[in-house]
Amino acid sequence: MQQDWIWGLVGGGLIGTAGAIYLLVNGRIMGASGIVGGLVDGSGKTTWLERAAFLLGLLVVPALMLPLYAEVDTHVTSNLALVIIAGLLVGIGTRVANGCTSGHGVCGISRLSLRGIVATVFYIGAGGITVLLFKHILGVI
Amino acid sequence: MRALFALIAGGVFGAGLLVSGMADTRKVQGWLDVFGEWDPTLAFVMGGAIIPMAIAWQLTRGRQPVLGGEFPAPPEPKLGHNLVVGSVMFGMGWGLVGLCPGPAIASLSYGGVGGAVFLVAMLAGMLAAPPVRARIDALAGSA
Repeated sequence: MQQDWIWGLVGGGLIGTAGAIYLLVNGRIMGASGIVGGLVDGSGKTTWLERAAFLLGLLVVPALMLPLYAEVDTHVTSNLALVIIAGLLVGIGTRVANGCTSGHGVCGISRLSLRGIVATVFYIGAGGITVLLFKHILGVI
Repeated sequence: MRALFALIAGGVFGAGLLVSGMADTRKVQGWLDVFGEWDPTLAFVMGGAIIPMAIAWQLTRGRQPVLGGEFPAPPEPKLGHNLVVGSVMFGMGWGLVGLCPGPAIASLSYGGVGGAVFLVAMLAGMLAAPPVRARIDALAGSA
């Protein structure tokens, strides 16, 4: 538990390095929801190969690293109704807001984008209130 | 070449998600759980990610991307209703299950049925987003 923050810092450094590569080499903002969303709704048709390659890396590298970790589990709740509602909210919300934790959070805050900062304040605030409500008051999660 | 570096960036991103512990929904929900057993790890992940990214933004000044083209335009100063409403919706979903778009994809190989169901619902939500966005615009315009 005490080492968690060190791994957090190291992993965060990797995430930021990935964003730096995507920005400096490809000239693009590394936002997970934007990269996927552009493929889903066809708005990113002209850059589909770049998007698909990014997603392939994102999918394959963690899969290859699995042997290094004795037990990796995402601990997603078994309440599938909750999972579906949450997935829909994340999908709609990130596209409506035009960004998520990587785009607005990492890439936006690092260039002091007001939009990135405001979005991050609102999604962390909403997430905190949701956990308070559903965990401590309703006891659903 | 663009695809190759996109593949590398995606891979490093995925490795970072796994190493940082952010693929585990308990750590994400722990960060949001201010009134329970608060887990500060996510703050270190964000800090660790913002540092190299801030340096990268500094390096874009007066230059061009290595593979050509243009760097993204400066951020828009306009906030808008979509930004706030969308972020609140995203935050609610994020809090309920503890997955955001990056980890939802990265965890496909080990996230089990729940993770896969989340990913499908998220993709469906992305398809459904344009009419929601138009509705918010219409409501904001008439307000």
